[in-house]
Amino acid sequence: MTVLSIDKVSKRYGKVQALDQVSVEASSGMRTAVVGPSGSGKTTLLRMIAGFETPDSGSVSVGGEVLADAHRSMPAHLRGIGIVAQDGALFPHLTVADNIGFGIPRGDRERTERVLSLLEMVELEPGMLTRRPHQLSGGQQQRVALARALACRPRLMLLDEPFSALDTGLRENMRKTVARVLQAAGVTTILVTHDQEEALSFADRLVVMREGRVVQAGTPQDLYFHPNDRATALFMGDAVLLPAIAKGSVAACALGNVPIVGEHKGKVEIMLRPEQIRIATDGSQQDNTGQVVDVEFSGATSTIAVALNGVALPPIRIKTSSVALPAPGAYVRLDVAEKAHVLEG
Amino acid sequence: MLQRASSLRRPAGRAGGFRLLPALRPHPVATLLALAVAVFSLLPLGFIAIVTFDVGWETVRTLVFRPRVGELLVNTVYLELATIPISIVVAVGLAWLTERTDLPFRRFFSGLAVAPLAIPAFVHSYAWITVLPGMRGLWSAVFVAVLAYYPFLYLPVAAALRRLDPALEDAGASLGLSPFWIFIRVVLPQLRLAICGGSLLIALHLLSEYGLFVMIRFDTFATAIVDQFQSSYNSPASNMLGGVLVVCCLVLLLVEIGLRGNERYARVGTGTARPSTRHRLGWLTLPCLLVPLIVAALAIGVPLFTLGQWLWFGGIAIWQADMLGNALIQTILLSLAGGVLATLLAAPMAWLSVRAPGRVQRVLEACHYYVGSLPGVVVALALVTVTVRYFMPLYQTFATLLAAYVLLFLPRAMVGLRASIAQAPVELERAATALGRTPRRAVFEITFRLAAPGAAASVALAALGIANELTATLMLSPLGVDTLATRFWSLTSEIDYVSAAPYAVMMVVLSMPMTLYLHLQSKRVAGQ
Repeated sequence: MTVLSIDKVSKRYGKVQALDQVSVEASSGMRTAVVGPSGSGKTTLLRMIAGFETPDSGSVSVGGEVLADAHRSMPAHLRGIGIVAQDGALFPHLTVADNIGFGIPRGDRERTERVLSLLEMVELEPGMLTRRPHQLSGGQQQRVALARALACRPRLMLLDEPFSALDTGLRENMRKTVARVLQAAGVTTILVTHDQEEALSFADRLVVMREGRVVQAGTPQDLYFHPNDRATALFMGDAVLLPAIAKGSVAACALGNVPIVGEHKGKVEIMLRPEQIRIATDGSQQDNTGQVVDVEFSGATSTIAVALNGVALPPIRIKTSSVALPAPGAYVRLDVAEKAHVLEG
Repeated sequence: MLQRASSLRRPAGRAGGFRLLPALRPHPVATLLALAVAVFSLLPLGFIAIVTFDVGWETVRTLVFRPRVGELLVNTVYLELATIPISIVVAVGLAWLTERTDLPFRRFFSGLAVAPLAIPAFVHSYAWITVLPGMRGLWSAVFVAVLAYYPFLYLPVAAALRRLDPALEDAGASLGLSPFWIFIRVVLPQLRLAICGGSLLIALHLLSEYGLFVMIRFDTFATAIVDQFQSSYNSPASNMLGGVLVVCCLVLLLVEIGLRGNERYARVGTGTARPSTRHRLGWLTLPCLLVPLIVAALAIGVPLFTLGQWLWFGGIAIWQADMLGNALIQTILLSLAGGVLATLLAAPMAWLSVRAPGRVQRVLEACHYYVGSLPGVVVALALVTVTVRYFMPLYQTFATLLAAYVLLFLPRAMVGLRASIAQAPVELERAATALGRTPRRAVFEITFRLAAPGAAASVALAALGIANELTATLMLSPLGVDTLATRFWSLTSEIDYVSAAPYAVMMVVLSMPMTLYLHLQSKRVAGQ
């Protein structure tokens, strides 16, 4: 069942087209991530769903009810949509307990119990209840913010780059916790982030935005291995882009004949993820695909730069196990695992 | 790299590096000087203690526990209880309109909201008594006091509103709060510190103000002390009233500390705050425009109108060049001398509090600051008593008057100095010594040079305050000394409102730079 439905929404600030005919749908219980570089309009979209912005045209509906269109907009406080901001936006004048209980009516008898169960849900100690926001770490603040938003039993939860203010180690941990909590609560969630790795690991579904437009939407696997264009390919992760001549289901390129997805003909550009390329160390002076120009040792894995034969391209960079590394200057043969993806245009 | 080097060096400088860089040790001379100033600033409190001890408990009881004191106390409490809440409502309303709504001409109105500060409180009452000669009593006093003092609340509240993180309001809305309840439950609590600070400032002004209440014929401790002093100077009666007044001040300071709490209201988390969106007033725009217009009409319009009226009546004849010029020159000289002296005396403490903060320094600093919150009457009484008793030759001399100015405006001088010394980090001095300057030359060439603008600002701030000081000047000035304020005061006491007008105009002109400075300062604090 579709919970959120954004239909051809546009928004302009002076000369800047922040959103251009954006359409996004999210099904019940799913976690959707909206990713894009800064200035792509993703935050505007989120604020529009929350009710802090109004669309110039198009409509925003939740559960079949139109919340906003070009003519009218339901105020944010009537929407029942939860939001967790980048830094938590905890009320500095209230304790943790009062922050979590903020949206629960004062007269509610189960208020205290509910606050406690929410605290437990986000894996915080009951001793935290009397603390003030400034006495909490960044991760704890985010947990309280999540609990506070869940307290109102929102029909939709919006996460606005909630992990970006955290340390790298903590970030992954928090991501898992938040995903687990939201899964348990069964809340449909929209995450906005500029971090593709975060989006890939957190969401069931991804929406890629650029310059106010949705450029592609799909599953994380789909977007990672089959991006529509070059920019998306590079945004989603490291990529090796090579010119090739396609003949049906194979393409001839600097790595030899590589199987490709679908049927193509003529000049194309193919994309491979670095982890699809493997080094066969038995490259001899005669039979090789390139020469190692640089080896960057970094513990368990290392990065190797290989200058390919017969193409005027910068050396391609491959991540490989640090066991039995080839030396700089060595000739190597490269194998490709799985099919290469043909980019459009 | 640079940053890292300096951060590595700092602890070394504290712990063991002193042998290498002797000039960087917390200067014993500075500490001694700061100690001397701190002891000097304890003089008003010491005076109360000595007098109380001197006259004995029996006399204290008869002088303090009498109906007259009770009456004054009731007046003071009513005045504070009525003026402060009304000022809060006016200031928060105006600040919200100018900072958080799309009110037309809001920049203009925000300047206008601060403008009443340029008009000394006793000129406010002079204007109102002209318009409504029948004004007297508590409610008239409250009315004029609100108009004269609400900007002390408007400034911090507007700055706090500007700094407020809009994400908090968004969070409130997403949790189901309507705009009205967001204001009550989210915005207002964040303004607590600003409201407490501004209210304290107004409360202290209400305690120390003399001229305003005399004109409205409302008795407070300050007016009673001056009355008493003029009829029989240095009497135990006025000294005891001074004692009660000091207790009132201390009570206010404690109440404010209690209300303020020790919470931090700083933005939690990292990242930059999004600029806040302004509320659309819609059809309310016109009624809302009336609010700043009415306040401005009452707080600036009426004083300027009456001044203009008196000037018009008086024509050219009231601009008696010799009297006016004399008062102006004396005012400027006294203000500058007082400003420079206050800044010089504040310098050791300002230096220590930036360069060598510690527990002892904090106590010394508190001495520097508390004295500024004492009313001019108390400081004047203390100086009169001390000079009459121990330094008779100094009685009614410029030295005593300047001493009073220093005590009253020491905190103002501290503020600018501290900030500017903080801008000359010790690392720069060290860099200069590393480049071959002797420590002494490094201090002169680097730190003094960098702190100079702040010191100039401190002199100006203190001098502008002195220029409009009335009570202490009235009580302490040597014979023949007439400042703009005292001249204005004696003319209005003779009900010669026409001749007083030029003096009022000149005081307003002298106050303008200070008002502008405060306005810009509050904008800068908010990073605009």
